[in-house]
Amino acid sequence: MTVNQLITHLNPQVLSLPEGDKTVRGCYTGDLLSWVMGKTRACNVWVTIMSNINVPAVASLADVSCVIIGENARPEDDVIAMAEARGVNILLMPDSAYDICIKLSKIL
Amino acid sequence: MSDNKKLSYCFDVDGANFTSAGEASVKVKKRLREAGFDPETIRRVSIAMYEGEINMVIHAGGGKAEVVIEEDRIVIILTDEGPGIADIDQAMQEGFSTAPDNIRSLGFGAGMGLPNMKRYTDEMVIDSRLGKGTKITMTVYV
Ligand SMILES: Nc1ncnc2c1ncn2[C@@H]1O[C@H](COP(=O)(O)OP(=O)(O)OP(=O)(O)O)[C@@H](O)[C@H]1O
Ligand SMILES: [Mg+2]
Repeated sequence: MTVNQLITHLNPQVLSLPEGDKTVRGCYTGDLLSWVMGKTRACNVWVTIMSNINVPAVASLADVSCVIIGENARPEDDVIAMAEARGVNILLMPDSAYDICIKLSKIL
Repeated sequence: MSDNKKLSYCFDVDGANFTSAGEASVKVKKRLREAGFDPETIRRVSIAMYEGEINMVIHAGGGKAEVVIEEDRIVIILTDEGPGIADIDQAMQEGFSTAPDNIRSLGFGAGMGLPNMKRYTDEMVIDSRLGKGTKITMTVYV
């Protein structure tokens, strides 16, 4: 599945989508950035409620396919601009991380 | 790349600017990609370097990062003149952190950075002196 296809299933708010054809494989959820860097695998979806400027950096270095931010915890505009510039896809949903993961487990 | 040709890149890591932390790792990642290294090697190198860079910003007031690309290895050398690490064995343990609350609220301070650096590289040497600074050398064989 690609990020574009994931979007048609989840219907999230799309905050940045510079590389929608990235492949999606598996999921990791967490907010502590070193845990995320230590445990995610390339192409994972990263589900989090973190939305600060370090999120696009971590997402780009860890090669995740996209970040899904839950609880409508919308990042600032400069974070979204950074994500665009670094090829990081960011989606926003009103659901909790738990509910997002349940939805993902049904489609991934 | 010919036999004895080395490529090396140096970066100043600004200790005062938390938002630009990680810029050096992102640049290195781009260059490794252009040089055609495989994605998993690039991922390991850039995460290890980012963790080290962030540590210099949080714990040492900044420092220098050097990356040397050789035929068979990538070497990352991080040097700072911060407070040094009192007990390296303790610092290497998962979960040990002295990060202050304002750093924790940004998502750092889990005490997982040094363990990640070790896990993602083939060799890691820490040379630290209290009151003088810390030098961390990491090697990834390709
Ligand atoms: N360059 C450094 N100079 C001085 N102390 C350091 C340096 N790097 C690490 N330390 C010490 O080692 C501890 C453990 O580092 P580590 O990177 O594992 O965790 P952290 O930075 O506290 O949290 P995390 O990396 O999970 O965000 C730090 O809390 C700090 O006390
Ligand atoms: Mg750290």
